[in-house]
Amino acid sequence: MVSETIAKPKGAQPSVRDSRAWRTWYILRSHPSMIVGILVLAVILFVTVAGPSLVPYKPLKPDPEARLLPPSAAHPMGTDAFGRDILSRVVNGARLDLFIAFSVVAIALGIGVAVGMFSGYYGGKVDDVVMRITDVILAFPSFILALAITAILGNSIPNVIIAIAIAYIPYFVRLTRGEVLSAKERDYTEAARCVGNPNWRIIYLHLLPNCLTPALVQATLCLGWAILDASGLAFLGLGIRPPTPEWGVLVSEGSRDIIGGQWWTSFFPGAVIVLTAFAFNLIGDSLRDVTSPTEAVQ
Amino acid sequence: MALLTLCGVVIVVFIITRILPGNPAAVRVGPYAKPELLAQIEKEMGLDKPLPVQFVNYVAKLARGDMGKSWRTGQPVQQDLWQRLPATLELALAATLIAIVVGLILGILAALFHNSWFDQVVRIFTIFGASTALFWLALVFIFVFYYRLGWAASPLGRLTVGIEPPARITGMFVVDSLLTGNTVAFKDALHHLALPAFTLAFVVSAPITKIVRAGMLDQLNADYIRTAKTIGVPMREILWRDALRNAMIPILTTIGIVFGYLMAGNVLVEMIFAWPGIGSYAWMALLNKDFEAIQGFVLLIAAMYVLLNLAIDLLYSVVDPRIRLG
Repeated sequence: MVSETIAKPKGAQPSVRDSRAWRTWYILRSHPSMIVGILVLAVILFVTVAGPSLVPYKPLKPDPEARLLPPSAAHPMGTDAFGRDILSRVVNGARLDLFIAFSVVAIALGIGVAVGMFSGYYGGKVDDVVMRITDVILAFPSFILALAITAILGNSIPNVIIAIAIAYIPYFVRLTRGEVLSAKERDYTEAARCVGNPNWRIIYLHLLPNCLTPALVQATLCLGWAILDASGLAFLGLGIRPPTPEWGVLVSEGSRDIIGGQWWTSFFPGAVIVLTAFAFNLIGDSLRDVTSPTEAVQ
Repeated sequence: MALLTLCGVVIVVFIITRILPGNPAAVRVGPYAKPELLAQIEKEMGLDKPLPVQFVNYVAKLARGDMGKSWRTGQPVQQDLWQRLPATLELALAATLIAIVVGLILGILAALFHNSWFDQVVRIFTIFGASTALFWLALVFIFVFYYRLGWAASPLGRLTVGIEPPARITGMFVVDSLLTGNTVAFKDALHHLALPAFTLAFVVSAPITKIVRAGMLDQLNADYIRTAKTIGVPMREILWRDALRNAMIPILTTIGIVFGYLMAGNVLVEMIFAWPGIGSYAWMALLNKDFEAIQGFVLLIAAMYVLLNLAIDLLYSVVDPRIRLG
């Protein structure tokens, strides 16, 4: 399906339809879920950047007069037990959650791709050792591993980022290594070697651009996972602690109000977590369909 | 292979708890403790010895089945975990069963009605399942099904206070009460199990649905299915006997992966539902900085994960004779 859309019409001269923009549009049009994902993400990013100055209340300012108010025009997401506006807190928490997610993925992608490239390219003993290590790390569910590492390193934002990144690195190592294994046998690599390119040049200039796609798709999915894992840790009281307005912390604080019937204090922050992860997953899932039609679920 | 991974798991747990730049003793005594107290605790935990000695001690103790002593409960960690494991297994098994049923139904229907609106709905469901924060879903379920509708039992443990737990055979209340014919406990245990199990199952059924759909699509387009159809084999037989069986390998693999996720999700769900399994044990250990307990928990989860995947590898040859003969 996808390959049909990309294939050029027979014998046609280069036209508008061959341009990159047109092709991108063509792919997007056949994947409406990707458009939805991008739109949702755009709104979230806009709110993250511009939001804190738009919302009328301070995230940490209590208001004894306005405790546990249900959603209304003045407080679209209601207020919590201290009278703090939930919407303002959610909007202010966005920066932190997205910062954590992007940092985690940047670290895991950087290290994972580098290790995967070298391991796959040089092979041999190094490759064996690297593969065994990834096997072992993958034997731990990523959330449990992140939980244990955060518990030992102590509660701080950088520690949460490091802990989750460590748990994600093996995915990138495996994907990249697999790509390199097939790419290094291709003619273009052979040609590059024949004309005397040094190894680093072959890896950096010839293999890397050709092997990056699966890792980038994975990175999109991992952005969603990272938000879920980081907020899950915060919900457990690990990593980010109250009163920092972080989404998992907000759900955790609001969870006490459920028994009193005040659902909004935990519902809205959690819904935003899910919505953000959903947007990343929609985009990642569609990207995978587009980039690897053979693997895609028809 | 699995043994090698298990050894690796032990090493990683050791590295996490001893070599990473954090000091369990320092975290335990808190930032304001006197240096003498810190030194004493370090000595108690064996942290004053050189690392290789610590490692040998650790492995030697593990080999005897000794995971150390929980600082919070005052009991050996392995004993605590053993007591609480059945509750976790009960929950995980119930969730897996529900997820497999849901996944098979949704996946097969989506493959049959490929590209229909139903297929699209199933696709959105699978992505949504993968994006759902378990702790949030658990709270939403509690609010809707317990607080508002009153269908579910209170999210406080495995039995209503006052109901005697059944005699321990497997430690899983639903199974034990059934075996001993204790209908009161059976109904109550099932009632308490339902909501946390459905919470976990909701999230876990997403990947199973996805893989069932993909596998069935592959098989349904295969030549042998077309032949079976043309010679008039009933569709039901084709689906359950031929296509599903041939799609089984990736489905099994996914169930193995999902189990690991369940164990992780358990920490959140057990904490919210006050479910006395190893997940809530780990959470309490985290709150109290009970390192030996956390270490034991992480080790147990990883070991179970490795063994489960080994079991699934062995199952492959049962499901698919080609693997056994090939």
